[in-house]
Amino acid sequence: MIAHIFEERCDGCNSCVAACPTHVLDARTDGAPVIARIDQCQTCYMCELYCESDAIYVDPDQLARPTITPQAILDGGQLGRLRHDYGWDQDAAPGEGHLSDFWRLGPLLREGAEIATRRYAAFKADRG
Amino acid sequence: MSEPHGLDLTADVLIIGGGMAACWAATSAARAGARVVLADKGFVGTSGVTATGGPNHWSVAPDKRAQAVEERHARSFDLAERDWMARIIEETWRALPELTPYYPFDTDGKGGTFYSGVRGPEYMRALRRFAVDRGVTILDHHPALELLQDDDGAIVGAAGHARLDDRDWRVRAPAVILATGGCAFRSGLIGSHGNTGDGLLMAAEAGAVLSGMEFSASYSLSPAWNSTRTLPYFAARFFDAEGQELDVPPPMSGEAAHLKALARAMDAGPVLADLSDAPDLLKQLLRRIQPASLPPFERRGIDLFENRFPIRLFGEGTVRGTGGLQIIDEDCRTSVEGLYAVGDCATRELIAGATSGGGAQNAAWALTSGRVAGKAAALAALRMGKAAPGKAIGRAGLRPAATVRAIDLTPVVPAVQAFTIAFDGTLWRSAAKLEAAQERLDELWRDMADHGHARGLGRVALREQAAMLASARWVGAAALTRDESRGLHMREDRPLVDPAQARRLLTGGLEQVWTRFDHAISQTQLKEVAA
Ligand SMILES: Cc1cc2nc3c(=O)[nH]c(=O)nc-3n(C[C@H](O)[C@H](O)[C@H](O)COP(=O)(O)OP(=O)(O)OC[C@H]3O[C@@H](n4cnc5c(N)ncnc54)[C@H](O)[C@@H]3O)c2cc1C
Ligand code: SF4
Ligand code: SF4
Repeated sequence: MIAHIFEERCDGCNSCVAACPTHVLDARTDGAPVIARIDQCQTCYMCELYCESDAIYVDPDQLARPTITPQAILDGGQLGRLRHDYGWDQDAAPGEGHLSDFWRLGPLLREGAEIATRRYAAFKADRG
Repeated sequence: MSEPHGLDLTADVLIIGGGMAACWAATSAARAGARVVLADKGFVGTSGVTATGGPNHWSVAPDKRAQAVEERHARSFDLAERDWMARIIEETWRALPELTPYYPFDTDGKGGTFYSGVRGPEYMRALRRFAVDRGVTILDHHPALELLQDDDGAIVGAAGHARLDDRDWRVRAPAVILATGGCAFRSGLIGSHGNTGDGLLMAAEAGAVLSGMEFSASYSLSPAWNSTRTLPYFAARFFDAEGQELDVPPPMSGEAAHLKALARAMDAGPVLADLSDAPDLLKQLLRRIQPASLPPFERRGIDLFENRFPIRLFGEGTVRGTGGLQIIDEDCRTSVEGLYAVGDCATRELIAGATSGGGAQNAAWALTSGRVAGKAAALAALRMGKAAPGKAIGRAGLRPAATVRAIDLTPVVPAVQAFTIAFDGTLWRSAAKLEAAQERLDELWRDMADHGHARGLGRVALREQAAMLASARWVGAAALTRDESRGLHMREDRPLVDPAQARRLLTGGLEQVWTRFDHAISQTQLKEVAA
């Protein structure tokens, strides 16, 4: 669930309030949005993608309320990482499109399934 | 309703929902010349399961299509239709390149462009921009609560609550497309919090019929604490808490053997996955391919390819289950005049039969059904002109049949999950289990319909509970009537396929839930279709 909005990084654009699909956040006239309905948070990380200031951190546990401290978040080095990994609103380097390896998804899934199938046959033979 | 109407609009076509099906419908209706309003519960770009997923579309080159249809049809348990299957492949093949100005399609590794697989957030952002450029009016955070119906029974609009402005809204339109997605019964499945079957409830209040609701046992594997995409699990080995390797058949085994083995093990205790056998290239490229797969692990200090970690199966309800509103013609009309259904809100038996369309077909269906319904709705609306006046017809949670009374909602989610999410009621169904669970649901439904009432924003959450209750009752009734096992419908007390039941099973009703087998499906050969 969403754990923290870093006030000092937030520019008050409220784009996270609009982008959160489940109405977790409320805008304020001054200052960062507030986490108003955390029980509706679906831990989808979308607010992070839509925050250009990298001011939001979503804790990965969707079953429990976050207890992580702001300092621990900063120390973890994950603030803004996901948006950066997506290349969300950054142009890609020449010849390295953000999606240039995406086609490999299907073949890699199939390869994984084949590995499992081969291994299972051996596992069965082994156990008789 | 007591609240004044804050926003009152008219349109030719109103689309309810904001995932891929809704957006493809919107662009298509706008291209046909209609004034289009699209009202979504969340934000068009992030809400729904499309946005958080990475849908691979069923998009097959022309020379391989006939074979693809035959192969898939052979696995549909005789409930799919070849002409619909061929149609979604062709439409998808044609449509995806249209997104080129908005989506950064890249190489297919063979010198061409890779269109069929997309990343969810970028895809939905692209579809939003495409719709806006076509002149579609998008209303974010405008959940629909109920439909408007005229004296002749035709749907003429919808009403709801604008949650960021905290006011009511109403849109009048002579054609309405429901694109509210599947119902995941609050299982925690990624992206599905708002997918509570609202469209099914609204349509049923207008008298619409559903089909295939018994085909709803589908799951995706994730770390136990965060539902993610299924990507890395294909080569996984599984262990119990003592470190004993479990006997789990590989993912593509028949008869849900993989799923059932995992479910049995999870009922017995924690199950851990070990992904160290995953293809090396996947380990290297996962961050580039699917960055969203990593935070659940990295933010807990877990190396997903090195460390074993607990897993869980997240139920998918009718998202990757198959049931939904019955489609009565090739324009994706429902059985109610003026009302269309697209994407996961509609039954996908037409293209997947008794099996799951997840993996490629559902996305192609969502795209195609959206496009054909969008165009048909636009043409119908332009022919009709103005929408007739109509009245709001929502009942449960909005207009209680008896006295208003506070009702306890805590039992609702566990009860609706009994045979939609809980393993025992999905993978090992029996008449006895279904009857007991159905009785409980009927009680809860009565309570909701007689006494449930909320105001303002509170109506959104209450209607979601009502919609899940209604959807679960249809699943239960259909699962009881289908006295056999077929595809996703698995009855422990009727383990075999009964050839006499190779028909679609219709259901509907709110006060009284009914079921009825449809007439037999005429199985056209693809040759005739192509001719
Ligand atoms: C993890 C995962 C992976 C998948 N992978 C694939 C794949 O690879 N290939 C494939 O073919 N399929 C896949 N699927 C299925 C595929 O994602 C869906 O079939 C498709 O995205 C459905 O699109 P949709 O627009 O119908 O629904 P959604 O994207 O779920 O959209 C539903 C919309 O309705 C809105 N809504 C709900 N209630 C209301 C209301 N009352 N008022 C207004 N709006 C409302 C929601 O806010 C949401 O925007 C996958 C599904 C999941 C969960
Ligand atoms: S998107 Fe980021 S910067 Fe904008 S209001 Fe939200 S937290 Fe602040
Ligand atoms: S993680 Fe998703 S649901 Fe939670 S606040 Fe962010 S956008 Fe909203």
